[in-house]
Amino acid sequence: MSNKPGFFDKPERVKGVIALLLIACAGLLLIDPLISKGYVHFPWEAGVGFYAAYGFVSCVVLVLIAKYVLRPLVMRKEDYYE
Amino acid sequence: MSDFFHPAIVFFVAAALVPFLKDGFRKVFCLAVPLFSLWNIFQFSPGVHWTTEIVGYHLVLGQVDSLSMLFAIIFAIAGTLGCLYMLEIGTAVEYAAAFFYVGTAYGVLFAGDFITFFVFWEMLTFGAATLVFARCTDAAQGAGMRYIVYHVLGGLVFFLGIIMLTSAGGSITLRALDLTLPGAWFIFLGMGINCAWPLLHTWLSDSYPEATIGGVIFMSALTTKTAVYALTRVFPGEELLIWIGLGMAVLPIFYAVIENDLRKVLAFCIINQVGFMVVGIGIGTPLSLNGATGHVFTHILYKSLLFMSIGAVMYRTGYSKATQLGGLYKSMPITCICCLIGAASISAPLFGGFVSKSMLMSAAAEGHYTIAWLVLLFGAAAVFLLAGIKVPFFAFFSHDAGHRVKEAPPFMLAAMLLTAVSCVLIGTFPELTFYSLLPYDATYEPYTALHVATQLQLLFFSALAFCLLLRAGIYPAEIRSINLEVDCIYRIVCKKLYTGIGRIGDAINSKSEELFIKRWTAKINEFASAGPVKLARHFGSPEIQGIVSAISGSGAAPLGVPVLIAVILLAALVVFIF
Repeated sequence: MSNKPGFFDKPERVKGVIALLLIACAGLLLIDPLISKGYVHFPWEAGVGFYAAYGFVSCVVLVLIAKYVLRPLVMRKEDYYE
Repeated sequence: MSDFFHPAIVFFVAAALVPFLKDGFRKVFCLAVPLFSLWNIFQFSPGVHWTTEIVGYHLVLGQVDSLSMLFAIIFAIAGTLGCLYMLEIGTAVEYAAAFFYVGTAYGVLFAGDFITFFVFWEMLTFGAATLVFARCTDAAQGAGMRYIVYHVLGGLVFFLGIIMLTSAGGSITLRALDLTLPGAWFIFLGMGINCAWPLLHTWLSDSYPEATIGGVIFMSALTTKTAVYALTRVFPGEELLIWIGLGMAVLPIFYAVIENDLRKVLAFCIINQVGFMVVGIGIGTPLSLNGATGHVFTHILYKSLLFMSIGAVMYRTGYSKATQLGGLYKSMPITCICCLIGAASISAPLFGGFVSKSMLMSAAAEGHYTIAWLVLLFGAAAVFLLAGIKVPFFAFFSHDAGHRVKEAPPFMLAAMLLTAVSCVLIGTFPELTFYSLLPYDATYEPYTALHVATQLQLLFFSALAFCLLLRAGIYPAEIRSINLEVDCIYRIVCKKLYTGIGRIGDAINSKSEELFIKRWTAKINEFASAGPVKLARHFGSPEIQGIVSAISGSGAAPLGVPVLIAVILLAALVVFIF
């Protein structure tokens, strides 16, 4: 109930979280070649960082299409049906 | 003596009693009922119970096997957690509706024939719709009515299928059907409506955000999942389901990106996740069916948890829209942590969804469904971005909206913490918890280095994408707006039809008044007074002319003669008919 500043009110803490995320991402890419991929079902799974790239690109494409294609088509005022 | 006692009866009796109970006792009762039911279900032994013969049909109310048991157990767990969550806020109407709703879901699960199945399937609609009406807003009244119309129509389609199936000589036993059988397409479509297939999904995204805070937890757990149960039972391995499921996994998430109401974002994500299950049913191998039903188990828990945490936010602040929320991690830290656990449970290792989703992905890969596998991977990354990052971010972090509220009330917190613990236990110890419940014979090891590392890559890079898009100002700003879906067709057409019919009715009314009351009445009067004389003059002999003129002249003619003629005609008609 108090009005004291929260944990993320200091900008350097937000930057810290982003830095942690970047480190984690880099770490995942670094250990990727070390993992045995003997039993992959599709050839592209064996490539380094396939899942990383796929996840990243998927999200960017999703957001761009939703923002620049879907939203202009379907967005209406909140009282459209009233 | 059978160990089966139908849970539907427990819940129907409870639903009837709840409105008459006083406050304190009602709370104890509302917790005792689902707990008793949970205990009751664990007493069941597999087999066929409670059969009866009605007008030549052999009805089965208690068919218990591993598939119905898995669903029954998770429904009982979700029902108990939902009732616990609602203890502070639940009204008698909400509890009665929720009990009725859960009872009918059990009726569907344990039905052994299409007729029993259909009866409970139709009844599901009314418990759910009452949970929408109970919100008591104008928007909820509209959404509830549309929900009922949609589902009753869906039920009729289903019913038509059953009639065609049985009239072509098919048995009513609930069993796997082939789409080539007569009526099977209608049954398929009827199930698809409850399953929220693409373009048939608008009842879900329309009504869930309008339901009560507690009610939506039951809705998210029951309706689509009974449809998943139905498809698993009746259409396992139907390849068409793979494509339908992929549509579900992809289409709604684009809407979720630009949606402002966080409960609606979660509703879209339900469709996405049910899409995964539907793909699993379509693939139809033991592993994929285990993945689909296992995903029902984990999904119900983490989706309930997400709805519970946003519900708690809504209860405290009064808002559920991203534009009106933010910064709540300060005042509602425990709710925030529960929400984050729910988010992680969508697909992070050590949490519930990881195990079941890996199973589905592996089943798609093993069957060499390349397109399905790629699309599902896209759906998995996207749903994590939305339900996993967007929802907690805009509710609890983002810009501080200035709400200085109390933490969620104790019963809500207890329900959220229990659900969160269940998500972690299931994800961390799948063998000890829900593996033994999976209905099909397939072994699977989710915790290999490859699975864990690749899944973490997918999740962390989705998070990275969100972070970079947000920092770069590309992530779409939340805007107070609505986004049109296909339901705009019927919502606008019906509105036009309604006003159109009103206008046509008015026009007919005023024309009729003009024609019948003002003009024709005068003509009829004139005919009644002068008509017989005129007729007699034209057609009658001189004697009749004389009689008619005498009667007309008596002053009784205007009403009397037409009535006399009418009576004679009527008598002639009666004699003629009989």
